[in-house]
Amino acid sequence: MYFESFADFLEMGRHGFYVWTAYGVSLALIVTNLVAMVHRRRQVRAEIRRASRREEAVENHPRNEQSS
Amino acid sequence: MTGFAPTLARELRLGLCARAEIINPLFFFLMVVTLFPLGLDPEPDLLRRIGPGVVWVAALLAVMLSLDQLFRRDYESGALEQLLVAPVALYFPVLARLLGHWLLTGLPLVVLSPVLGGLFALPAAVLDELALSLLLGTPILTVVGAIGAALTTGLGRGGMLLALLVLPLYVPVLIFGAGVVGRSLAGYDVDAVFALLGALLALAVSLGPLAVAAGLRISSGD
Amino acid sequence: MWNWLKKWYHKLGSPRYFYEITGAWLPWVWPLAVLTLGAGLVWGLAFAPPDYQQGNSYRIIFIHVPAASAALLGYVAMGVAGLVALVWRMKMAEIMIKAIAPFGATLAAIALITGAIWGKPTWGTWWVWDARLTSMLILLFLYLGVIALQNAITDPRQAGRAAGLLAVVGVINVVIVKYSVQWWNSLHQGSTIRMTEESTMPPEMLTPLLISMAGFYLLFACIVLVNARSEVLWRERRANWVRRELSNVL
Repeated sequence: MYFESFADFLEMGRHGFYVWTAYGVSLALIVTNLVAMVHRRRQVRAEIRRASRREEAVENHPRNEQSS
Repeated sequence: MTGFAPTLARELRLGLCARAEIINPLFFFLMVVTLFPLGLDPEPDLLRRIGPGVVWVAALLAVMLSLDQLFRRDYESGALEQLLVAPVALYFPVLARLLGHWLLTGLPLVVLSPVLGGLFALPAAVLDELALSLLLGTPILTVVGAIGAALTTGLGRGGMLLALLVLPLYVPVLIFGAGVVGRSLAGYDVDAVFALLGALLALAVSLGPLAVAAGLRISSGD
Repeated sequence: MWNWLKKWYHKLGSPRYFYEITGAWLPWVWPLAVLTLGAGLVWGLAFAPPDYQQGNSYRIIFIHVPAASAALLGYVAMGVAGLVALVWRMKMAEIMIKAIAPFGATLAAIALITGAIWGKPTWGTWWVWDARLTSMLILLFLYLGVIALQNAITDPRQAGRAAGLLAVVGVINVVIVKYSVQWWNSLHQGSTIRMTEESTMPPEMLTPLLISMAGFYLLFACIVLVNARSEVLWRERRANWVRRELSNVL
């Protein structure tokens, strides 16, 4: 550990503002991408499941069963 | 309508009929350049320093905006479809079309550029270098821009999208082109820069039409 | 070896095979990415010695340099995928272009923002037309162009190939941009200021930098793979294997 104390670590020798802003902004941008990624994954899966249930329901409907 | 000479002749004939397509980019070029001394300060020293860059940026925008219509007319009339299904390589027809377009829009800009250089208090000694840099540079702008035009032809909302695609690709040409006069004014030898522009031109002319042809095929849904 | 590679390449071209094999990889790659990135950044932030000239502000470099290099590498990867999409019309290559572009653009933006923040205490100004920063800005524009074109075309296959062509042209351009910007910079700026001088960097700074770089690459790979998998499912949504795959998890 290079720093003497945690306060020192936050201080970064007067450059704390710059260092932590840089890390904070980068983290925020990366997290935004991760959220978008998870959201898209869920959305796609939910959409496909819904479509597949809908088609099953249509197939199993009594009117369609008699005709097929 | 797939040979080199017939395509070029047709392109020139059509272009000369629609005179606005030649004159509008030229006026645009002139007007954009005029805005800078008005927006800044008509002091000769300042004008001399920004002159080459301003003329180059204005030429670049004029070429780019004129390209939006390059394939649209043929796309809408179905002539493009005909060209794409013809059993010949697309390289030469595309090259002819680009050459025709450059002769009608790029070349007039080159011819007008010494006058604009004069408006920016550039010494007479560098005016021919300005014109030569544009002579080598504007065909590159036409070819590279045509790739973007080919990709956006069927989209119906060219303008802004075309600019987004094409402007980053124009950066090196702008740097070297506008750099020629800057270097010359600073007393350097500029032969090497002309050679570089020439190399870029050779690259653009040899590979560019292939990319344009590929872009046209993609746009037509092939 | 060559035949094996060729066979594997053709297999990877199949969306189903891609989906299955990356599904097996991801549970390993995710933790590895998080660990590497965490280790590199914590080391860089807390354990590496300060720079004798810049003090602690140089610690921004542990994000800046990896983000910049990953953004550049990502664009080259996109160009390669674009070439494959154009020449062999491989569906997976089109999907990869779409998966790479957003995070690649984010990384370029991160490199620019951290570069600006680093510049304030070091150069005394947020923005300097430094050759590297300028090239990175153009790279961001190139990414944005690919994303804009991708979004403007509704047919996914057409959009994929159009974006592929633009990426290929862009890669050639990136090389020329790099040299032209260096030339331009040497013309307009007498004293060249370098963001980093890797060659003179002592090992106790270089090691965490390299670890953090590996972490950024791995994170990039993870995000690209997950996004590509979502896209595979979406494009193949009518296929039986997708339906079966999703009903299993219920």
